[in-house]
Amino acid sequence: MADVLTLTDLHKRFGALQATNNVSLSLKHGEIHALIGPNGAGKSTLIQLISGGLKPDSGHIHLQGKNVTRLNMNQRVHQGLARSFQITTIFGRLTVRQNLLLAVQGAEASYFSFFRSRDDSLLLQQHALALATRCGIDHSLLDQQASTLPHGEQRKIEVALALASSPKVLLLDEPMAGMGPDESQNLAHLIAGLRGELSILLVEHDMQAVFRLADRITVLVAGQVLASGTPDEIRHDERVQQAYLGSELNNEHA
Amino acid sequence: MSRSVFPLLLLALLCVFPFLAESAGLGFYVSFVRRVLIFALAATSLSLIVGFGGMVALGHAAFIGLGAYAVVVMAEMGYYSAVVVWPVAMLSAALFALLTGAVSLRTKGVYFIMITLAFAQMAYYIFISLRQFGGEDGVSLYQLSELPFLNLYDEFSFYYVVLAIVVAFMLVFNVVISSRFGTALQGIRENETRMAALGYPVYAIKLIAYVLSGTALGLAGALLANHNQFVSPSLMHWTQSANLLIMVLVGGLGLRWAGVFGATLLLVLEEFLRMWTDYWHLPLGVLLLCVVFFAPNGLAAIRWTKVSANKQAGVRHG
Repeated sequence: MADVLTLTDLHKRFGALQATNNVSLSLKHGEIHALIGPNGAGKSTLIQLISGGLKPDSGHIHLQGKNVTRLNMNQRVHQGLARSFQITTIFGRLTVRQNLLLAVQGAEASYFSFFRSRDDSLLLQQHALALATRCGIDHSLLDQQASTLPHGEQRKIEVALALASSPKVLLLDEPMAGMGPDESQNLAHLIAGLRGELSILLVEHDMQAVFRLADRITVLVAGQVLASGTPDEIRHDERVQQAYLGSELNNEHA
Repeated sequence: MSRSVFPLLLLALLCVFPFLAESAGLGFYVSFVRRVLIFALAATSLSLIVGFGGMVALGHAAFIGLGAYAVVVMAEMGYYSAVVVWPVAMLSAALFALLTGAVSLRTKGVYFIMITLAFAQMAYYIFISLRQFGGEDGVSLYQLSELPFLNLYDEFSFYYVVLAIVVAFMLVFNVVISSRFGTALQGIRENETRMAALGYPVYAIKLIAYVLSGTALGLAGALLANHNQFVSPSLMHWTQSANLLIMVLVGGLGLRWAGVFGATLLLVLEEFLRMWTDYWHLPLGVLLLCVVFFAPNGLAAIRWTKVSANKQAGVRHG
């Protein structure tokens, strides 16, 4: 199947630190591709480069065959690339409904309308409700202030905001961070349900979730791609075991 | 329903005020309330970017000054028709907002405050150095703007012209802040990065809000020039920007009536404290402290918090 997202020879340097070093990577249509690596391996930098939060020093990013290397974050969203954040960045002071409305409104690129009331738009309201249903957000929570919800619900909103634009490529930056086992299971279920529909690049520390969800895994160490392959290949790759995974993988075998 | 009663009451009061004041022998206050209305317009425009856009700027006196000087300059050139002169005042303020905003909005926080302040002070010193317009002494407006069927030299006519403009402005302002643009702007106030990640062109939205705000302040400046029949660079001084900012803060960030409340409180206090003492800044400061302590979300929030508390209670019981 065709590659939806292609990274070619990406470099990014912060002073003396080579945060991203010659990274090439491709995402196939409909696959869940996990990006793992020890702390400081450059996962977050890579997510920033792909989403447009940072510009690479050199290299190219192609989205569905189109060069998006020079596009801003918001322009990339309209090309079909969305992201979630590691630290929950929902609109805490707004209600859940207002959060979702902002997301679907952004997806429809309707922000230069000065006289039409946003909340009166039936279409936006419907899309917001559909988004809540899709992400398993209980409709009884819609009029609560987002910051008052439990962490697990906030993480769902985080993913919902990213899904609003119906992206072709979704970057999930540690979606399960800080979640309990049950919540984590629910979210894994949601992510697994997206397989085939869109391509996901998943950064996650929960190794069980990664090996259960991912079709392919890329291991990043010190800004470089150490290995890339199926979960089985990665599990048995000696370099990966040495560099990073050893203990956690053995635990899973046991 | 109760939400719409307050503005209508206020409007009714403002409509009959000149006749009440006249019959009570307090005709002087018609001009005072006119000034309050002009500043309510100015403070509300500033609240669009400070309260709703989260951009704390300290250079808005420059837009007022430009609007005011536009009236004087046009008068010197022989143009008096408000239909021409006031739009020119708004356009010059808008142009200045576009140029300075395009640069300033590359920065955030304290840097944004400093750079807007710097641009306003540049405008201030430029007009000080303009000899043909009186330099630091300013210049009188010998011929007020002319409107069809109305005469601004008539105190009452001018009052109602200003009232009509402010009412129209508040109606548009209310629509804009609930519009798609307005909600996007408030999203940017909450979290810029997330808004970019949702596909919003953050910079463009902020710049448009900045220009809209500047345009309305240009109109306030044009009205103020006619009100004072005099224009000087002190209109552009940074303390004027600070006054406007205080009005917005006292009124309440992100509240639609903030500008009206804030401007009214500050100007009324200034007016009446001045009668008692030359050192009116001191009691004014004490009163402002009280506002900060007893209404930390601003004056316009007092009623609002009650309403939302009721709503929440309703949700719980329902």
